[in-house]
Amino acid sequence: MKPSIAEADLDSNQIDRVAGEPILVLRDVNKSFGAQHVLEGISLTVIRGETLTVLGRSGTGKSVLLKLIIGLENMDSGSICIQGQEIACLALKEMNRLRIKMGFLFQQAALYDSLTVEQNVAFPLERHTKMSASERSTRVKELLSSVGMEQDLKKLPSDISGGMQKRVGLARALALQPEILLLDEPTAGLDPITSGEIDNLVLKLQKEHALTSIVVTQDLQSAKTIADRVALLDKGHVVTQGSFKELAESNDEFVREFFHRDS
Amino acid sequence: MESISSPSGTTINRSLEWFGDLGSFSWKVICAAFSRPFELREIFRQFDEIGSKSFPLVALAGAAIGTVLALESRSSLVRFGAKSMLPAAIVYSIIHEMGPIVTGLVVAGRVGAGIGAELGSMKVTEQIDAIEASAVDPYKLLVFTRVLACIVVLPLLTLVTDFCGVFAGWVAVALTDSISLHRFMDKGFSGVTFSDFLAPTFRTCAFGLIIGMVACFQGMRTRGGTAGVGRSATSSVVLASLFVILADVILVKLILIFFP
Repeated sequence: MKPSIAEADLDSNQIDRVAGEPILVLRDVNKSFGAQHVLEGISLTVIRGETLTVLGRSGTGKSVLLKLIIGLENMDSGSICIQGQEIACLALKEMNRLRIKMGFLFQQAALYDSLTVEQNVAFPLERHTKMSASERSTRVKELLSSVGMEQDLKKLPSDISGGMQKRVGLARALALQPEILLLDEPTAGLDPITSGEIDNLVLKLQKEHALTSIVVTQDLQSAKTIADRVALLDKGHVVTQGSFKELAESNDEFVREFFHRDS
Repeated sequence: MESISSPSGTTINRSLEWFGDLGSFSWKVICAAFSRPFELREIFRQFDEIGSKSFPLVALAGAAIGTVLALESRSSLVRFGAKSMLPAAIVYSIIHEMGPIVTGLVVAGRVGAGIGAELGSMKVTEQIDAIEASAVDPYKLLVFTRVLACIVVLPLLTLVTDFCGVFAGWVAVALTDSISLHRFMDKGFSGVTFSDFLAPTFRTCAFGLIIGMVACFQGMRTRGGTAGVGRSATSSVVLASLFVILADVILVKLILIFFP
């Protein structure tokens, strides 16, 4: 039998398994760091099961947006509703219950450098499930196998490449069978071949686990491969939203410049 | 009147801000301390990391101060014809002041730098964010465990410093004046009561609290990449040492009031 996450979490997971409903709604979200306005009036809706890719130049607040969603940063004003829950009103305990339903892949993978690959993936399972050591080990091997890292269980993060770290980070993000996957620049700093492998891996895992994903990236090829819908950010605003094809064919000057800067 | 925008006004503002942030940080740690799970495995790992691995250093420091005290005090006491007081002078000095403060400063150096650099590095590489994103409280997992280990381990390490200091003091005395260990201990501890020993040793719990809290605080607020990690490690040691010395002054006064 496949080990599962804690019963309490499963119950709340089952409640929301209805296709087509908004799983995440951002309304007029603002965030500043001192005098610097990073996000201004961001409004986005993410439908269950879709992959929304957030594109934009460096420093437009894409990563901050993901950190606001998972509660690592607090917004100045606005509203973020995840599965109908306004996160600004949640106590830490309730926020943590919500975080268990979300997987986060950091830009630099953020693997715990004192733990092995296996221990990194086992970390959320140890904390939030009642799995026995053998069940946990089986689950970790399954997860690492799904990202092609089953051979490197005992290696430390410093002993593997950046692409491999991203794969392990992805396995860790999927450990608790999340409903929402947040990916911060999954292909940043990787060569085109490894980027393609990561994109295909993300696509495969999204299909296998029926995930809702928000992917922040600057990589157009990656966005084209994995996105159902694209939102383009500039100077803290959502400039436009639509399918990749719609945006690629847009007549808006900024959108054209962003999508066709090489031609 | 000093304007708050003047250089000294800015320094005062920054200092007040630092203490305010430390207060808020401490409150989060206190809240984390009383919620489940209690992270026993991590606490024991920190006992080993902070306690066992500081053992050789404090033992060596204790032996060094014992030897120096014996050599320095001997010439002064001989001059005043009070050479027979040498064992008592060594034992009393080590137990009352030198043992606790040297242990505090040595641990502030070793552990303060270690915690500041480790947490600083975790902060700049987003590992602390990753812990939080995994629905685990980093104040409990990373801070409370280290602070508790520092509080528990400091008095035990002080005993090690005291023991090594007294023993090395005897060796140094025995090399010049033939005196047995038994006689040295008899004369050394003849005037020492339990309260002479208890209060100074347990005041190092306060040193542990200061070292753990300051080092974790500096580590967790690290910014600016590897240079920031270096700054956090340095400031952890400097601030922890400074506050240990200040706390020592206050606690010695309090001990003299309550245990005259």
